[in-house]
Amino acid sequence: MALTMWASSAANALRISRASKPHLSLAFSFSRCFSTVLDGLKYATSHEWVKHEGSVATIGITDHAQDHLGEVVFVELPEPGVSVSQGKGFGAVESVKATSDVNCPISGEVVEVNSKLTETPGLINSSPYEEGWMIKVKPSSPSELESLMGSKEYTKFCEEEDASH
Amino acid sequence: MNLMRFKGLPILKQLRIEEQLLRTSSENWCIINDGTNDPTIVMGVSGKPAELLEIESVLRDQVPVIRRFTGGGTVIVDPGTIFVTFICNKEAVPDLQPYPRPIMSWSSSLYSKVFEGIGDFHLRENDYVFGNHKFGGNAQSITKTKWIHHTSFLWDFDVWNMAYLKLPKQAPAYRSARGHLDFICRLKDYMSRSTFIDKTVEAARTQFLLRSFELGTVENCSETEFRPSTRFLTNEELEAAAVAGQ
Repeated sequence: MALTMWASSAANALRISRASKPHLSLAFSFSRCFSTVLDGLKYATSHEWVKHEGSVATIGITDHAQDHLGEVVFVELPEPGVSVSQGKGFGAVESVKATSDVNCPISGEVVEVNSKLTETPGLINSSPYEEGWMIKVKPSSPSELESLMGSKEYTKFCEEEDASH
Repeated sequence: MNLMRFKGLPILKQLRIEEQLLRTSSENWCIINDGTNDPTIVMGVSGKPAELLEIESVLRDQVPVIRRFTGGGTVIVDPGTIFVTFICNKEAVPDLQPYPRPIMSWSSSLYSKVFEGIGDFHLRENDYVFGNHKFGGNAQSITKTKWIHHTSFLWDFDVWNMAYLKLPKQAPAYRSARGHLDFICRLKDYMSRSTFIDKTVEAARTQFLLRSFELGTVENCSETEFRPSTRFLTNEELEAAAVAGQ
């Protein structure tokens, strides 16, 4: 398993260069396992990220998560208008013969879903923080964001999680 | 870990029990179903009937088609199929990360004990094989707190049934475009049914304290109004899929 983890970390290292493109305005930090973690986002222990801008929060899964899941071949998303709750599942991704629940980091109402993921689910692998976004939510309790991790805390969380297995 | 053993349980019922246990039970489970009475096609959650099935033949012969709740490919199951399922809390296996590849690595190490010294068993591109012939297909589902890994083992199969399945577009590289009959093999050529099941229980016992559970106990204990997603596809859905090419 250690060899597999190292191989996937090395593959991830290659993706760091893409995160440096000019259009990405957020700074990024490195984790020891080379998964990209972006500053300015908030993170859940179940490896989802949230970008809160005004009255809308964009949600997806992290680079760490997509790397561990493998190639995503199918994405299940809710319909706009559906209510979501912090910590509860809102959809699923399929990879390597497995469906994995995706949990919502905050509560609110789904206002938009990324329809590109129907035809191109691999965007979650190639661009987890940009083109691979999953849903946009109108938060019902913005204070829930305070319970989430910042980039440094999440980086450490990933390192500890990987080290303990 | 609770052990439930069945013989000939309808596959829809088995899958719905599994889905309910995954979503509502806080315990660990091993389910073994020795064959399912009626030949049935079982597709993964994202399977597209037009890509995977010879729909005209399926409809003509009224072969039931199920969409299950886990990922993975399409199988046709019958009395010759032996099903083994593990449903575990994330802490059940020490140091195991709840992601597809680590879970499959764990399961293959468990089955390595079952097939020790027999037939060059290994996990190959997520299939259980003897050499380069597949005899077991796997699928999984992972939630926030639990995961399920279930396998359909081809102890025996009917060659005519394989004709209902198309060659999948997404196939492992080691398949090398082989047709069904050149790709799969029968577990019966290596081991008796009872030996396989007994050895699987024995392998599970090396990691878990097993206690037998009756289905009735499970059904009586369930106080939730859980609605499983696993279901039969209707003839109308299959016909529409054939027309739409999906």
